[in-house]
Amino acid sequence: MQITVNVNGTDYPRDVEARLLLIHFLRDDLGLTGSHWGCDTSNCGACVVWLDETPVKSCTVLAVMADGHRVRTVEGLAADGMLDPVQQGFSECHGLQCGFCTPGMMLTARWLLDHHPDPSPEQIREAISGQICRCTGYENIVRSVLWAGKHRASPDDDHAAAPEEGG
Amino acid sequence: MQVPAYVEYEKATSVEHAIALLTRFGPEARILAGGHSLIPMMKLRLVQPETLVDINGLAELSYVTLAGGELRIGTLTRHAQLLDSAEAGEHFAILHDAERVIADPVVRNWGTVGGSLCQADPSEDLSATFAALKATMVIRGPDGSRTVSAREFHTGPYETVVAPGELLTEIKIAIRPGGGSAYEKVGRRVGDWPVGAAAAAIWLTDGASLGGAAPPDPAGKTTATVAEAGIGLTAVGARNFAAAEAEEFLRGAPATDASFTEAGRIAAEHCRPTSDQRGPADYKRHLAAELTTRALHKALRRARGEVSS
Amino acid sequence: MTAKNGAYGPVKRKEDARFIRGQGTFTDDITLPGMLHGAILRSPLAHARIASVDTSAAEAHPRVTAVITGQTLEERKLAWMPTLSQDVQAVLATDKVRFQGQEVAFVVAEDRYSARDALELINVEYEPLPAVIDARTALDPQAPVIRDDRAGKQDNHIFDWEAGDQAATDAVFAGADVVVTQDMLYPRSHPAPLETCGGVADFNQVSGQLTVWTTTQAPHAHRTLYALVTGLPEHKIRVISPDIGGGFGNKVPIYPGYLCAIVASMVTGRPVKWVEDRSENLMSTTFARDYHMHGEIAATADGTILGLRAKVLADHGAFNGSAQPSKFPAGFFHIFTGSYDLRAAHCHVTGVYTNKAPGGVAYSCSFRITEAVYLVERLVDILARELGMDPADLRMKNLLRPEQFPYTCPTGWEYDSGNYPRALQVAMDIADYPELRREQAQKRARGEHMGIGFSFFTEGVGAGPRKHMDILGLGMADGADLRVHPTGKAVLSVSCQTQGQGHETTFAQIVAQELGLTPDDVDVVHGDTDRTPFGLGTYGSRSTPVSGAAAAVVARKVRERAKIVASAMLEVSADDLEWADGRWQVRGDPEKGHTIAEIAMAAHGAIDLPEGVDGHLDAETVYNPPNLTHPFGAYICVTDVDPGTGQVQVRRFIAVDDCGVRINPMIVEGQVHGGLADGVGMALMQVIAFDTEGNCLGGSFMDYLLPTAVECPSWELGATVTPSPHHPIGAKGVGESATVGSPPAIVNSVMDALAPFGVRHADMPLTPSNVWSAIQGRPLRADLAIP
Repeated sequence: MQITVNVNGTDYPRDVEARLLLIHFLRDDLGLTGSHWGCDTSNCGACVVWLDETPVKSCTVLAVMADGHRVRTVEGLAADGMLDPVQQGFSECHGLQCGFCTPGMMLTARWLLDHHPDPSPEQIREAISGQICRCTGYENIVRSVLWAGKHRASPDDDHAAAPEEGG
Repeated sequence: MQVPAYVEYEKATSVEHAIALLTRFGPEARILAGGHSLIPMMKLRLVQPETLVDINGLAELSYVTLAGGELRIGTLTRHAQLLDSAEAGEHFAILHDAERVIADPVVRNWGTVGGSLCQADPSEDLSATFAALKATMVIRGPDGSRTVSAREFHTGPYETVVAPGELLTEIKIAIRPGGGSAYEKVGRRVGDWPVGAAAAAIWLTDGASLGGAAPPDPAGKTTATVAEAGIGLTAVGARNFAAAEAEEFLRGAPATDASFTEAGRIAAEHCRPTSDQRGPADYKRHLAAELTTRALHKALRRARGEVSS
Repeated sequence: MTAKNGAYGPVKRKEDARFIRGQGTFTDDITLPGMLHGAILRSPLAHARIASVDTSAAEAHPRVTAVITGQTLEERKLAWMPTLSQDVQAVLATDKVRFQGQEVAFVVAEDRYSARDALELINVEYEPLPAVIDARTALDPQAPVIRDDRAGKQDNHIFDWEAGDQAATDAVFAGADVVVTQDMLYPRSHPAPLETCGGVADFNQVSGQLTVWTTTQAPHAHRTLYALVTGLPEHKIRVISPDIGGGFGNKVPIYPGYLCAIVASMVTGRPVKWVEDRSENLMSTTFARDYHMHGEIAATADGTILGLRAKVLADHGAFNGSAQPSKFPAGFFHIFTGSYDLRAAHCHVTGVYTNKAPGGVAYSCSFRITEAVYLVERLVDILARELGMDPADLRMKNLLRPEQFPYTCPTGWEYDSGNYPRALQVAMDIADYPELRREQAQKRARGEHMGIGFSFFTEGVGAGPRKHMDILGLGMADGADLRVHPTGKAVLSVSCQTQGQGHETTFAQIVAQELGLTPDDVDVVHGDTDRTPFGLGTYGSRSTPVSGAAAAVVARKVRERAKIVASAMLEVSADDLEWADGRWQVRGDPEKGHTIAEIAMAAHGAIDLPEGVDGHLDAETVYNPPNLTHPFGAYICVTDVDPGTGQVQVRRFIAVDDCGVRINPMIVEGQVHGGLADGVGMALMQVIAFDTEGNCLGGSFMDYLLPTAVECPSWELGATVTPSPHHPIGAKGVGESATVGSPPAIVNSVMDALAPFGVRHADMPLTPSNVWSAIQGRPLRADLAIP
């Protein structure tokens, strides 16, 4: 089937099988490997991306269902040379260890902050309750999202994002 | 990761078009709404439809409105939409109770009310909820619309009265005064399918309470009488997802602790839970009683206007 | 812990820059030109003889390139591979299948969807056999023999092993006022990293070079194993471990899928990717625990603990695939004397085969210390109840005292350092323990059920000393190479491999600390056998204890070379130099001195180099740990239990960890957080059970439940620092501490809450149905299907 999906602001026309999962479309057809997958049963949330305005589990959406729609992935979080505060918050607050769940967590966090700019820790925990992290015990993810809620976007240059000097 | 088998795909542009496509492709076609029940089963190859009829473009099926003394829910309404609907919560707090514990927030963003009902998983939360509310389902087919009660909707596990070529389009719930409702669920973890759950809706006799119209007087709280009750049960093998015998017992009974405890006992007595890794049958039967009683208490408090959500 | 020169501390991680941008490179992110995709056909049955395998329809699939079966492998003598525990495991089954999910055939196709489709075209004829599912019946005389591939094998026995002094222990028990006994099961679980296992194998038929990108926690060990199994020369094998989405021990062993991908690449001449799905991960890769334990504790009437006895039935599954390096078949289990001053202890462990997936040692378990700590901490709590003592008082009374270190426990382990009472007191202070007990009493009076649970654990990590440990004969020393460029920037190469532990940051901190650099000045290379020195990998909390020590030692070697160069630069004797403020300076004349960067430039420059330096500062080392390190901690868990539904809420969790010197406290705390969540999962929801036919009942994330943010409280952490005396920087390792220490605290808390019901013990997981059933006096058996 011929479909066109707008991913992170760019239209991607592709010929796909109807059964192709959106996560595979993103990863294999478009090479956007920032979105991951971790289960087969829509439980882990490693694959969360935005479909139009809402986070969805892209392992449970067919690519053809995104035809004519917009998709936003981790690669589209930074915009106009600015890191999203969520990205910076995860780095500032050690909100990731292996980094596998991180893209999905950040996309849900961005959605939450768009709708609840000053969320409580309980709201954050509820918002990410369909997403599994095996490393952080969630504590620092909650802190990262709280941090992001209190900060603005910052320039995305690698030097600025590099670790601080020891101290 | 696991992937679906080959399938054909059609995008419906209207309800009529969807019905025409379903009619054309026959019993091997499946409606694709949110896909959050269907696609996982396709990935595991537990179902292998020949054709998917995608109804996600049918905006006319996506609504929660009040009309004609009813709450009307379009079947393409996403779970998150129903959870966000102030009208739904105001009249039937149980809908928010149930939606809050269906899967997880991200799944609720895309999964649909109609999809959950038509998947007809015995552990699915909305079937008991609508059974308790005595809702009406509207089904469209090539020859027009028909309605069935929520309790007639399921014909067995994963089976409903929706025939090939038909489409569930709407759920309607009559709004009556003096009502309160609640859903109580136990899972092994947030987002888990229920081990057991109970849905309760009660309507008190006129004058006992008018759903928060006037604040109750705690000192002078009189015992209300149950005019009518609806009790739904999830995942415990209840016939039609309902506890008809317990409802019958409550009709005209005083809205007391003793009545609710007895209603729970009756509900548990008539369900047929089976053991699985979520729990042994005796525990599930206990939950049927415990959660029915708890849900009735919460429904009563809501009917009295003591708690809003 | 803040070190003098400031390279230690909560430095933000270098790794994050790529991960927050979606630019990590995980195994499934790797795509090579012409790459094919593999998929494994697995057995639906737990025990069956294979009558025939017909692959013709699959081979006829237009997009299928090859189908590999046990027959194919047998012809290449690759049908079986050695495990890490002196056993063999089938790569693809030839004679029988021995657990549900066992590998039977491997399909290679042009794309992953076609590979999956073709699995359904393979026709395998099975002759079902009765399965051994309940470990407690595995040694029954009539039990079917699982391992009839082993010549003369007539039963399902793997080993019997014991530790400690049985006679002395029996004598202590005979003289005790109180003996408390409890059977308990530490049920089978699975590490379930969020990224499943997989690999991309690329065999170049011209050069004979094999490159494998794979999810491995031990790239060098895997390279050697591939050489041993395939017969390929080891210098032609390169193992690359890219970013890894969590390991927790799941990515230590070699799995059949990796080997199938390698063989498929050799057969097809093209790169082959294989990545397992979640069910394959849960059903076939290494599980954890599955210890059926009978424990006894002896004490005086006033609460002096005298001795411990344990008899254990260890379910190892169909192949003895325990990935543990010790010379003891039960790993480190005999550290079960825990943190207490005992007179005698004895344990006896019997290992058996069952028709379940192989494995047993994984999931941040420190090679069975998880089970050991659970046993002793449950027994101590039950003893406290029996004696009518407060469990904190009983622990405080019996903890080892600081002056007893180094301490040799009754089963022979030498603990390096500790101050146990201090850690317990810090935890009780954070918790405000007296107030918690007051709150509990008030709640009990109201009919509410709140529990307070303790655990105190001693770990043994950093495998390990050669006298006790090796993997397939490979000693457990880790190398480190350190190059210092002329401008003073450094590259450290290490053999261990991060799966989220932050090595790129902490190891840079170690080197920076030793050389007066900043962590930014140091890059860490790891995860590529062609670019790093040999070493055994990351598991058993060994990175900091072993590779971290190597990093410090190699940096000190560089520093000593720099001293020689500095003496030439400053025209003073090396004996007159001292290392201070991150530079070599003249003793008594601190104005005169040089930084490592200045010295590195000089070392590469034109000055006449003194004897002992040939032109640069680079150094290499191999670190051979003299002993394990022994982190410890005191944990307190507060739970609320709803007896009407059996639901448990972990309301508070206080964790005081002592892992010696903390290089990066932020990372240490993050690892503790993760381990505590593991404890919540283990105690309340995670279990891999089997029905009587051997069907795995935990084969997906719908059935194998992992904790979410909602089940986890906001962790309350504390720290004490007791440096390891034998580690170059006094660090001990912390990666597994919380996973080891937290489950007993949670279970003890729930049992405390249920005390009014007379409930003494229920096995994990304490699911709502299990808690409710325990209150009814019939707790569930966690490892079997619920009847």
